[in-house]
Amino acid sequence: MDELITAIIGKYNYWAFLILLLIGLHAMISKNNLVKKVIGMSIFQSAIILFYVSIGYKKGASIPILSHGHGPEPIHQTAAQIVAGIANPLPHVLMLTAIVVGVSTLGVALAIIQKINRVYDTIEEDEILEKIKEC
Amino acid sequence: MKVVSLVLTLALGALLLLATEDLPNWGDSDSPASLHLSNYYIENSMEQTSVPNLVTSVLADYRSYDTMFETTVIFCAGITVLTILRRSHRKKKKEVKPRPKGQDHDLILISAARMIAPMMQLFALYVVAHGHHSPGGGFQGGVIFGASFILLALAYDLETVLARLKERSVLIMSGIGVAIYVGIGTICLVLGGNFLDYGAWSKVLGVSVVEAHSHGMLGVEIGVAITVMFIMFSLYADLSSGGEMDEGL
Repeated sequence: MDELITAIIGKYNYWAFLILLLIGLHAMISKNNLVKKVIGMSIFQSAIILFYVSIGYKKGASIPILSHGHGPEPIHQTAAQIVAGIANPLPHVLMLTAIVVGVSTLGVALAIIQKINRVYDTIEEDEILEKIKEC
Repeated sequence: MKVVSLVLTLALGALLLLATEDLPNWGDSDSPASLHLSNYYIENSMEQTSVPNLVTSVLADYRSYDTMFETTVIFCAGITVLTILRRSHRKKKKEVKPRPKGQDHDLILISAARMIAPMMQLFALYVVAHGHHSPGGGFQGGVIFGASFILLALAYDLETVLARLKERSVLIMSGIGVAIYVGIGTICLVLGGNFLDYGAWSKVLGVSVVEAHSHGMLGVEIGVAITVMFIMFSLYADLSSGGEMDEGL
């Protein structure tokens, strides 16, 4: 029982991101409306971004900005203490890149949907497939 | 389709749930992610670049090459949306649809937007310039600056903003942002360093090598901010007007 409780306390944030990821995946597969599919893709991306940012968190650590940070001055600390008091900056950097690329892909996807709507007068997937067969 | 999707997602969910067993506990400072590489940046970033914000120093200095192409990705996205949606100017004049009642210029919205927009732009410049010492940087400041233009376009209409900010100049400026980034890297080559190794700038700026890294990062952030700000507005203008660039929302 105690093992289960420690496992839940240690891992519950991953489960939250997992649920978010599955919601996005389900929307991408099952929805007929193209805009809803794109919304699902955004939820999927957000889940991955949150997962990576949570990896960079250390218990009791401050933000990854030195010298203006909280806590005692760095002079009175050993190197190991400084490292333990600063959150891991790498996930933040990599996810900043992922967020920017996500915005770009979202814009291009919406533009393609507008173009599809202009040609087929609908953004429902099944209607579009019927119209393609007719041609 | 719904049933198939549910079965697939639940199966994937079960697999991933099993995989979380092997992941480190949340907030564990001894997790593999924070043992090897990140400690090097935390210990040496201040001595090598004199920038306290580790995220900025890693993004714009250690991984600068990566960020250069990230800026190019944004630029390409803006160009792609324009290419997909933009129609050539039709010679025949479209009949202007009168706006439905209650949707024309709203006095309260306009008054608020006129007061908020300059403040937003000032704050965006602060976020760009102060990104070395506080959270912020080129991407964040650029998005805030672009949002101020979008706010004006929502409060008035797209024509009013495009009269002050021509479509041609928007695209040219976003290209100039990427050019500033690449130019800073190329001048490093000319000065005898590696590409995007800002230490070479110390010969021109008359500062130490470590400080030159900081100044080089600021220049690069400004280039990123210019590109992001204009591409964000360009995306909004294209998507909201369907490529017509006439009325927008």
